[in-house]
Amino acid sequence: MQQISKDKFQIVGNEGINSEKIEKPSLSFWKDVSIRFRKNKLAMFGIVLLVLLVFFAIFGPYMTEYDYAKNDLMNTNKAPSSEHWFGTDDLGRDVFTRTWEGARISLAIGVLAALIDFTIGVLWGGISGFKGGRVDEFMMRTADILYGVPYLLLVILLMVVLGQSLGTMILAMTITGWINMSRIVRGQVLSLKNQEYVLASRTLGAGLTRIMGKHLIPNTMGPILVTMTLTVPAAIFTEAFLSFLGLGLTPPLASWGTMASDGLPALKYYPWRLFFPATFIALTIFAFNVIGDGLRDALDPRLRK
Amino acid sequence: MEKILEVKDLSVSFQTYGGEVQAVRNVNFDLYKGETLAIVGESGSGKSVTTQTIMKLIPMPPGKIKSGQILFEGKDIVPLSDKQMEKVRGKEISMIFQDPMTSLNPTMKIGRQIMEGLIKHQNMSTSSAKERAIEMLRLVGIPMPERRVNQYPHEFSGGMRQRAMIAIALAANPKLLIADEPTTALDVTIQAQILELMKDLQSKMNTSIIFITHDLGVVANVADRVAVMYGGQIVETGTVDEIFYDPRHPYTWGLLASMPSLENDDKSELAAIPGTPPDLTNPPKGDAFAARNPYAMQIDFEEEPPLFQISETHFAKTWLLHPDAPAVEPPDAVKRRMRKLSSTFDKPVLVKGGK
Amino acid sequence: MAKYITRRLIYMVVSLYLIVTATFFLMRLAPGNPFTSEKKLPPEIEAALNEHFGLNDPWYAQYGDYLLRIAQWDFGPSFKYKTRTVNDLISEGFPVSLALGAQAILIALALGLILGIIAALYHNKWQDYGAMIIAVLGISVPSFIMATVLQYFFAIKWGLLPVARWDSFMHTILPSLALAASPMAFIARLTRSSMLEVLANDYIRTAKSKGLSKGVITVKHAIRNALLPVVSYMGPLSAGIITGSFVIERIFGIPGLGSHFVTSISNRDYTVIMGVTVFYSIILLVSILLVDIAYGLIDPRIKIAGGKKGE
Repeated sequence: MQQISKDKFQIVGNEGINSEKIEKPSLSFWKDVSIRFRKNKLAMFGIVLLVLLVFFAIFGPYMTEYDYAKNDLMNTNKAPSSEHWFGTDDLGRDVFTRTWEGARISLAIGVLAALIDFTIGVLWGGISGFKGGRVDEFMMRTADILYGVPYLLLVILLMVVLGQSLGTMILAMTITGWINMSRIVRGQVLSLKNQEYVLASRTLGAGLTRIMGKHLIPNTMGPILVTMTLTVPAAIFTEAFLSFLGLGLTPPLASWGTMASDGLPALKYYPWRLFFPATFIALTIFAFNVIGDGLRDALDPRLRK
Repeated sequence: MEKILEVKDLSVSFQTYGGEVQAVRNVNFDLYKGETLAIVGESGSGKSVTTQTIMKLIPMPPGKIKSGQILFEGKDIVPLSDKQMEKVRGKEISMIFQDPMTSLNPTMKIGRQIMEGLIKHQNMSTSSAKERAIEMLRLVGIPMPERRVNQYPHEFSGGMRQRAMIAIALAANPKLLIADEPTTALDVTIQAQILELMKDLQSKMNTSIIFITHDLGVVANVADRVAVMYGGQIVETGTVDEIFYDPRHPYTWGLLASMPSLENDDKSELAAIPGTPPDLTNPPKGDAFAARNPYAMQIDFEEEPPLFQISETHFAKTWLLHPDAPAVEPPDAVKRRMRKLSSTFDKPVLVKGGK
Repeated sequence: MAKYITRRLIYMVVSLYLIVTATFFLMRLAPGNPFTSEKKLPPEIEAALNEHFGLNDPWYAQYGDYLLRIAQWDFGPSFKYKTRTVNDLISEGFPVSLALGAQAILIALALGLILGIIAALYHNKWQDYGAMIIAVLGISVPSFIMATVLQYFFAIKWGLLPVARWDSFMHTILPSLALAASPMAFIARLTRSSMLEVLANDYIRTAKSKGLSKGVITVKHAIRNALLPVVSYMGPLSAGIITGSFVIERIFGIPGLGSHFVTSISNRDYTVIMGVTVFYSIILLVSILLVDIAYGLIDPRIKIAGGKKGE
């Protein structure tokens, strides 16, 4: 045996050593989520894509000298060139300008629909879950019955009756769109409501608003965020679908949906008229979907390592 | 006696974001035929990883066997492929898991879950496998097995499910049964029944058992020998008597002192072991337990202790057994139960080759 | 079980009643609707409308009458064409739509399940990425664009398949594929995530500890449990197929109910819109109910006898 100095065998004990010290730096929940989200290459790609799309939606229409609504009958159906980057449509309007004008509208529809769903859904689901009992029973049965109403059919009906404008479109989309959100919020609230830390703060006398603001909302934020991210592409999709049915926005307003459905019959001869709006619809929906998926994976505690 | 399992110098790591977690570090132990070995330790001590590695159930990646051998009946199973392991799992080595609520497939009938292994390993026909399943259910003490065999797990209580798990594990007559905290999730009264059942079945079927637990009370009840794990290493092994009546490692002292007992009915308090287990991404230099050890010496913070042998069957990995170390008194709760065991050597012997 | 179904049936009737009522009053709000008096209509249609709705009756009598007729499966006349009733359109167009829809559901289920299972089994390997890229594409492209592009390449440019119409099996391939694309993508993603969840369960480890092979574990333990969420997706799936058929039938010139519906929208043929909406709602509510009952039969943990889903 190698010789070890006898001094080393003095008892020194563990006094003065902080044995409670947690060796690993502990990550807060959101920090951990953000680390895992940023490791997800596809989701980060989605973010980059979205940033670019938003950038062009804001500045794109100013990048050309053309007005999105101005007809130029001398230059109809021109292929993409240095003058008209994305070509022109059947009325000679610049497709590049219209694409980004359309981006504004399509994105606005998506974001507004998501925000309205969020507001109603969180209120409805939150109150229902938190109050419980009869209130819950009534609110959820109402939601159940409304949920039975086929979503797109109702949207179509409303558009037919109320006329085609941005406002009616958003109204039609959100009239039953919030139900999904309210169910998710209610489920989250119910599962959290009885957990110790909420009970603890209740026994400490915290009021409803405080508990909702301090505990429930932060903890239910994950699934809500995911649902919102996925509502945006669904609304953009619905807009495109309505445009195809002839229930979209009326000219000269441009949305990606109206542009794409106008471009459909021209596919054979003037493919750019379909190509550009279709590509940007697909890219936007792709971006939101991968971001939503990335968020869901990052928020899933079971995937934490 | 014949050795059925020999684990030699086993190290297992997991690759994570935070780095490589060295969950099991150079673990050695062996198991004889018909014997019950208890592996004791806190959560995170590496006991579950060690035993899941024996069945190669750890997900690889992120898990990886860094070194060592697992000799089952003299044959190393570390290099075996997944396909080859299928002939070992369930047939030679079986496992019972901690949580009977989640360990059974909720959409498959209990009988079917017992029969699967039989059909695979013993080439039984469906009908004879079913008969055997009923027989197994009766053996593990489930009433009306003919009816129960066609039920789903959610129709069973927790204790019943664990009995069914035991039936699944023992159906194909394995030589080694690994029980990973099989009673932790159960009520105390049910715990006792399950332990009795396991002892009973062991004597009937002559199975060797590795019993993982953090409950020393359970250990005293079932085990022949005990291995105490800390920080991914085995710090002390010995017979039950040696561990309970002549423990040498300060961590074992801590465990024993923190065990409630009916005998010490005086006012002495239960002593908790202060602190938290070490971070195995970056295992501490020296003795992993040093930071929580009130008997720590300077050397504990500098060099890893070697293994000392106290009797034929008793080993401990602590500098306190070094001839230069001062004599220390274990905590009162432990001191009270200390006995002189006849098999103990005159003085601890350093084990050569052991680190 | 019976109690559960009764309860569900009651909800269904209430939902349906709301839908019928909503369509009726919404239609009265629509500009140029059949219920206003100052409209210029061919006398035959005026007569048919009068006969059906009793246009001179007060609104509550019209409403009551309408409910009664719906209950008798009579969806009323067309507002634009004197010889057609909504019932004619349904009996003529729905069989075609049903065939198209069934074919699309089969394709979506088969391909979606295969892609999802492969992706989960090869989690984070190239097979996973490949399957998910296909799925994300299917979700990202609106069906009318997908259909037009498929039609353009496979039928017009390469001439591999018929451009339009609904005559032979060859005619059904493109529209069914186009209709199946986005539900297939959804099913693939759903199957993947539910497989991954199931594969992380303790009972999969138990199955492995029994010495079962990867194949047996996948088929007997994982897929069955992973299928449960897919089964509950069948309700939304049928809704998606119905609304998808509006687009697909239109593009491929298929004489189904969906394309009649779209025509009636652009013609503002209000009574047809109303009738077909109600008809589709019935179909959807019934299929959702059937799916839920099937789910209860498949999952042994759900005891729907008590009317509540028990864990």
